[in-house]
Amino acid sequence: MMQTLKKFFASGTPWIWVNAGAVAISVIMTVGLLLLLALNGLSHFWPKDIMLANYSQPVLESEPIEREIIGERIDTEQVSAERIISSGIPVSENTAFYERELVKIGNRDLNGSDFTWLLTNYLNDISYPENLTAFERREWGNFYGYVQEVKEAGVSIVTSDPSIQNDNAAWLELEKRIDRALGIFEQIDTLEEDDIGEVNYALERLRLQERGLELRGTDTAQRMGEIASERENWEANYEILQTRLSELYEQVERDTVVMLAMNGETTEINVSQIVRAYQPNGMHVGSKLVVYGAKLWEFLSDEPREANTEGGIFPAIFGTVTMVLLMSIFVTPFGVIAAVYLREYAKQGFITRTIRIAVNNLAGVPSIVYGVFGLGFFIYFLGSEVDQVFYPEALPAPTFGTPGMLWASLTLALLTVPVVIVSTEEGLARIPRSLREGSLALGATKFETLVRVVLPMASPAMMTGLILAVARAAGEVAPLMLVGVVKLAPTLPINGNYPYFHLDQKFMHLGFHIYDVGFQSPNVEAARPLVFATALLLVIVIALLNVLAVTIRNRLREKYKSLDM
Amino acid sequence: MTESKTEYAPVNRSKFKKIDMGKIGSHEQSISVEDLPRCLSVENLNLYYSGAHALKDVSMTLPRQRVTAFIGPSGCGKSSLLRCFNRMNDLVDGCEIKGSITLDGEDIYHRSVDVADLRRRVGMVFQKPNPFPKSIYENVAYGLRIQGINKKRILDESVEKSLQAAALWDEVKDRLHDSALGLSGGQQQRLVIARTVAVEPEVLLLDEPASALDPISTLKIEELINELKERYTIVIVTHNMQQAARVSDFTAFMYMGKMIEFDTADNIFTNPTEKQTEDYITGRYG
Repeated sequence: MMQTLKKFFASGTPWIWVNAGAVAISVIMTVGLLLLLALNGLSHFWPKDIMLANYSQPVLESEPIEREIIGERIDTEQVSAERIISSGIPVSENTAFYERELVKIGNRDLNGSDFTWLLTNYLNDISYPENLTAFERREWGNFYGYVQEVKEAGVSIVTSDPSIQNDNAAWLELEKRIDRALGIFEQIDTLEEDDIGEVNYALERLRLQERGLELRGTDTAQRMGEIASERENWEANYEILQTRLSELYEQVERDTVVMLAMNGETTEINVSQIVRAYQPNGMHVGSKLVVYGAKLWEFLSDEPREANTEGGIFPAIFGTVTMVLLMSIFVTPFGVIAAVYLREYAKQGFITRTIRIAVNNLAGVPSIVYGVFGLGFFIYFLGSEVDQVFYPEALPAPTFGTPGMLWASLTLALLTVPVVIVSTEEGLARIPRSLREGSLALGATKFETLVRVVLPMASPAMMTGLILAVARAAGEVAPLMLVGVVKLAPTLPINGNYPYFHLDQKFMHLGFHIYDVGFQSPNVEAARPLVFATALLLVIVIALLNVLAVTIRNRLREKYKSLDM
Repeated sequence: MTESKTEYAPVNRSKFKKIDMGKIGSHEQSISVEDLPRCLSVENLNLYYSGAHALKDVSMTLPRQRVTAFIGPSGCGKSSLLRCFNRMNDLVDGCEIKGSITLDGEDIYHRSVDVADLRRRVGMVFQKPNPFPKSIYENVAYGLRIQGINKKRILDESVEKSLQAAALWDEVKDRLHDSALGLSGGQQQRLVIARTVAVEPEVLLLDEPASALDPISTLKIEELINELKERYTIVIVTHNMQQAARVSDFTAFMYMGKMIEFDTADNIFTNPTEKQTEDYITGRYG
């Protein structure tokens, strides 16, 4: 028996089992995490059915009051009777656990909050009438109710009876009018963001020019006159745009809709407030999928609304990717040059060894320390110097003396440069000596050998370093909070205004967005699914950036595959 | 497929046999080194690797456009000596050289010498084929590009000429832009020779050029050496005494960092003066 057991261990089989087990656990954990993110995040965009029910929970020392509930059923959980009683609802203690569910009742303007917890036992007469309508609004969150009447400029156009399920005349009319309003809103968006934005930008530039001339003492009457006339041009332009804008606003606010909400309340909503409307109870899977796709696309491509709890996160995606790419542009040459010096030129001795150890240790410094360094050195020291020298006309308002894209990228480049140095050095060390000698023997200098043979061959190793750097930088949040990331950035770091790439601007970032939505949001229940969705997206963005880098590396590897030496 | 066909071409074989069977040193039986124009001369050369005395008082003269072979047991310093001729030893940390080496009467260790230029004049082929991970064409054009020659016409011409000189042109002319790493070991070594020839050096240093190759590739390299000596001064280090006998006009026997004997190949292999040389070539030690 002992003998066979001994043999069994000697054969290595248990070791293989341990290995396989470790791999399996890692895979399960990773896949599980991704599934958790995907399920919680992606289900949020599905247009759920809207429930109509009566609810009457027991009340202390009086008869329960029955009220109507209209809303989406979000979640259920088991709660002990004790806890429910202590919260003031006198349920029977004979049942140990009660099921309660989270219902999104929307209508924040009427109810004060979007969500409510209901005890499932006391929900009666649950039904899903087909004419229940959900609105997504620009303000005040979702609205659930029946479409009763559509008005144009206060005059009634169509009315429907909410109690008749297939009386959808008002709904059909409303759909058309929503489309019209959305079309106008698109024009308003272009006007406000592009055209008026451009005017504002130009006026600000003129102001800075004027101030600059004054500071340099070259404010001749002629130059000032030119600026003044240019400013007049822009202002005239602005007047025209402003008139056009108010016309559009007038047009967009023409239609209103009268809605019947739960408990017989009616309210009038301006059609311009509606972003999307649908009647989920009557929709089949296909049309629900269309709405789902539209909502998902909005999430990916639109700007956030309502303190980041609604709308999209495009600026955050854009900011993250731009910042990572900019960081790559800084970190690669920097790391490669440092590694080349350390490996190829520096005399290998005590000092070089010390520097190498120091570089390795830099990779282990907590990232917030880099954030503080970035703030102190880059922003307060370098940035304010830059402002003094190049942007004196804007002072006291800082241009580069404040957190922004450039400093955030540089800080992260500093954070990740050790990784690039280490892997480039390893790559350089792996290049066979014979190839260097081959090049030198042909009359190439050391530098020519480096540029023509050694560096191209080490490029896959550099890419490996860059991949690790990108993975680390894209997920980093703490230092960014100090050096350039904000909750809400008014414009993208790359836009149509000269000089197009605004290195001094603050930007949004997916990682920070998760933190902000998850922990700083006033509307916790509304924010929760967005946290999952954003986290999933962050993982996907990092994965895509990595796939890009890995593809490039594999190309390079194929091109410079090493010899068997 | 094509490469193996060419490797077995009967023409080569008959040619090889002629050299193999021919009398050793038959080319220049009566001529001594002193009668020939000098290319490289070494005087009292001492080489130390971090204090270890690797070459001891070596003096010799290498004649122009002849093949000189260095033989000797492993560690005798023949490769070190070879690497002195193009200053490859400069790359070794702790390497110290005393004495002088002159190329065409010019001291190659003088301060004013441009090492890169020297290495262009004294080309070197290493033990293992070391083509760059570039196309065949770019490998051959490498040295010219280093010199700043980028005109396509000149490069094309030189690549063809060099590949022909290295007897590789027919095998690769249809795939010049394929990776050089796809060639066989023997082809790679001839490519390296072509690459070296392309920069038109005066001297070719061959450091055991065939030791990593199969017999047929070895034979091709040897034929090549025979052809190249019409234009270049060739110095070859080899472990293989038959090879030295077959290809060289002059042979030097080295032992423990010392030049024991240097004479025509004929004399060394048939009538060595020194006892140590005789012992070595008859296989008594080494």
